[in-house]
Amino acid sequence: MSVVTVAFYVIAVLTAGSALGVALGTSIVYSAFALMGTLLGVAATFVLLGADFLGVVQLLVYVGGILVLTLFAVMLTHRIADVHVSNRAVGRPLGVVLVGGVCVYLVRVALRAHWVVRAPVAPGPTIYGVGDAFLTEYLLPFEVASVVLLAALIAAVVISRKEVRG
Amino acid sequence: MGELAVTHFVVLATVLFALGLFCVVTRRNALGILMGIELILNAANVNYVAFARYAQTGYDGQLFAIVVIMLAAAEAAIGLAIVLGIYRSFETIDVEATDRLRG
Amino acid sequence: MSAVDHPTPAAYVALIPLLPLAGAAVLGLFGARLQQRLGKAAIGWLACATVGAAFLLAVVAFVQLLGMPPEARGAGLLADLFPWIHVGTLRVDVAFAVDPLSAVMILVVTGIGGLIHLYATGYMHDDPGFWRFFAYLNLFTFAMLTLVLGDSLLLLFVGWEGVGFCSWALISFWHKDPANARAGNKAFIVNRVGDFGFVLGIFLLFWTLDAHGHGTLLFRELRTVAPALAGERLWGVAVPTLVTLLLFVGATGKSAQIPLYVWLPDAMAGPTPVSALIHAATMVTAGIYMIGRLNFLFTMAPATLWVVACVGAATALLAATIAVAQNDIKKVLAYSTVSQLGYMFLAMGVGAYGAGIFHLMTHAFFKACLFLGSGSVIHAMGGEQDMRKMGGLWAKLPATGKTFLIATLAITGCPFLAGFFSKDAILWAAYASPHGHVGLWALGTAVAGLTAFYMFRQVFMVFFGECRADPHVQHHLHESPAVMTVPLWVLAAGSIVAGYLGVPHALGGPVGIPHLFERWLEPVTGPQVLAEPAGAGSGEVGVELALMAVSVAVAAAGVLLAWLLYVRRRPDPAVFSAALGGVPYRLVLNKWYVDELYQAVFVRGTLALAALTAWFDRWVIDGLVNGAAAAVRGVSALAGLFDRWVVDGAVNVVADGTYVVGRRLRRLQTGAVTTYLYVIVLGVLGSVALWWSWAGAS
Repeated sequence: MSVVTVAFYVIAVLTAGSALGVALGTSIVYSAFALMGTLLGVAATFVLLGADFLGVVQLLVYVGGILVLTLFAVMLTHRIADVHVSNRAVGRPLGVVLVGGVCVYLVRVALRAHWVVRAPVAPGPTIYGVGDAFLTEYLLPFEVASVVLLAALIAAVVISRKEVRG
Repeated sequence: MGELAVTHFVVLATVLFALGLFCVVTRRNALGILMGIELILNAANVNYVAFARYAQTGYDGQLFAIVVIMLAAAEAAIGLAIVLGIYRSFETIDVEATDRLRG
Repeated sequence: MSAVDHPTPAAYVALIPLLPLAGAAVLGLFGARLQQRLGKAAIGWLACATVGAAFLLAVVAFVQLLGMPPEARGAGLLADLFPWIHVGTLRVDVAFAVDPLSAVMILVVTGIGGLIHLYATGYMHDDPGFWRFFAYLNLFTFAMLTLVLGDSLLLLFVGWEGVGFCSWALISFWHKDPANARAGNKAFIVNRVGDFGFVLGIFLLFWTLDAHGHGTLLFRELRTVAPALAGERLWGVAVPTLVTLLLFVGATGKSAQIPLYVWLPDAMAGPTPVSALIHAATMVTAGIYMIGRLNFLFTMAPATLWVVACVGAATALLAATIAVAQNDIKKVLAYSTVSQLGYMFLAMGVGAYGAGIFHLMTHAFFKACLFLGSGSVIHAMGGEQDMRKMGGLWAKLPATGKTFLIATLAITGCPFLAGFFSKDAILWAAYASPHGHVGLWALGTAVAGLTAFYMFRQVFMVFFGECRADPHVQHHLHESPAVMTVPLWVLAAGSIVAGYLGVPHALGGPVGIPHLFERWLEPVTGPQVLAEPAGAGSGEVGVELALMAVSVAVAAAGVLLAWLLYVRRRPDPAVFSAALGGVPYRLVLNKWYVDELYQAVFVRGTLALAALTAWFDRWVIDGLVNGAAAAVRGVSALAGLFDRWVVDGAVNVVADGTYVVGRRLRRLQTGAVTTYLYVIVLGVLGSVALWWSWAGAS
């Protein structure tokens, strides 16, 4: 057992545990913070897999942007009084069954599949490659994604704007 | 890497996905559902990167993941704006309460 | 038969019927105004003038005929006015012809008619409908003259119908009383029944003649072509018999014989001048005239002649029995007329056509006199017609009484008065004619006795004995004015003198007096039985004299009986009326209940038939129509059902189905986001699973 493997297992347990916390959290605030843990864990996983730039991006965007946004929303819509009420889950047994079934099946698939594996390359900084790829081969998705972001920006402003009665 | 195969990462991703799915279908809080969606997206990202690393297909796995993150950001922004709008109309973000479109 | 068949043209003959027609037209159109402006006298003058002028012209025609040789008289005078019907083989013109027979008739009609017109100006003096009366009277005269002057059977029929109409109008003259209107209707309707037979006879005659190529209805032509029908048979019956029987049916209607006589007594509801003119002297004689005119046809049908004679004799007897018990002065005379008409038909039936026409003429004189006399009595009595309330009028009404007595003697057959000659001619013919029979003679003689009885009963009840009238009526008794008594005297004179035109050979032969009347009519009627007594030996003459004596004796017996009962009052008439339980008396008093029989059988029968056909029409025919309508309604209802349930149903099923499905599907829209998420997840997983299985992934 190498260090990497041990590191992986630790990170995996942390991530999965946080995810569990998100799923089973009694209060939405707890779930939000658990989500932060999950996202951190995922960033670590990325680094472990050699995608260093992606891990940073994850941290910056997901944790620093999305999670903060979510937290804002949580705070804005949180009612101290109905903490429990708003978080009570419905149809939990069914959900467990469904999700459990899916999980089991997918795991089985994962274990049985003949994954394509090639000789790994030594990990190095990926930022240069990603940047190149974005501006050459994958330019279109990049631009489209920017447009989408723009649209989302405008939409979010419009939606959350207070109704102005003319 | 040692015994670390792609399978480990796929299993991890599966667990994340399952938990995210669970959040989506079970939570009453709209934000909880959104969190579930984030989990699912993250699980997908983990899969992408793992496959990129182990199948040595270049940078496209990571690029995919970046695009996913971008879209997740957009979606989260809009989703949260909607949730805020719902909160303004219904005084609550319990999805059970937003059944005005009931047929 | 006349050797010369070409009539002599004489245009003035047309004026004879047309003058009264002009009078009727003027009076009908302007009568009311004329009466207002110029008074009733002017109306009376006009009406009498037209008929008087017609009489003068008739005399002229008669004289002209007299001047012609006997052979030419048969063809006579002809006034052809204008063509009328020219269709196929039927050629009939409006033309008036005068031959010996029609000369007699027009003299009777215009002469006696004129006297009655004069009488009526006095009788109807107080009536506001004066002008209307004379308009009808003139119209009637026109129609009657058309009947006797018409040169064809069709024109005769036009006059036939015309007198029927005028008779109706005049009977119901005082129409405000419904009983009078009913009497008029009865006359007209009963006549129509007879006319139906008459018309059928005309059709049959023309049709059968036409089959031989001799289709004609002109009298002068019929005489020559009629023998063509001699051997013909139709439906097993000889054609001449069939034709003459049908024509005779018409005659029974018009001339009041059995079975269609019932209208004549009711016709007494009309004013008395009407009864005198129409129902005594002229209209009712139309049937006799018709047979006289077509005598050659009747001679070819011995069976019909037998029927005619029997009907005539039976009618004479029946009417006489009824007359015996009547108490209304006019009813007695009405039944007497029916009885005397029966005599005339008896004469025609035994082939003595001339004798029948002779009696027609003499009867016209004395019956008109009797009716006008009764009118005078009624006038004096202030409208009373019941003889039981009269009596002892001889002193108060001298002229009426005397003329009435003369006319009564005439009708009774008192020797040397008119009725004696004519009646004995008939009785002798009944006995001696080849078509005759001694039974008929016996019947005729019995009727003579009855006639004598009831006529003198009437005379004694009305003019003799004590007056049974109310005091105030007695007070007002007065003789009628001259305008009424003068015609009475003229007619009474005629009742005496007219008979001498027909002195029978038995009486006249030895004395050298010819039977003028017979000879006059010979061109029309052919050689008569009496013209040449068979054998011409004194044996025949003796029988005739003996029969004459018998009939006179029977008549005298009748007079004696009447005198005993109604003057001497011993035995009392009540004995007879109460005899045998009063049944015979009631039977004759009630006219043998014939009217009641007709009412029950024919009138009720017709009404029942009408009800039956109405029922048929309402239930069967209307039922069919309504049934068809109902069927259509039913079909349309079915179609409606189909439309409502099947067609609409299909449409509704689609609509309702959509609605039901929609309602079910609506439950999908729970509005709960959780459910939606579930579905999304399941959908994704499902499609992934599908894709995997399809792609064959492990």
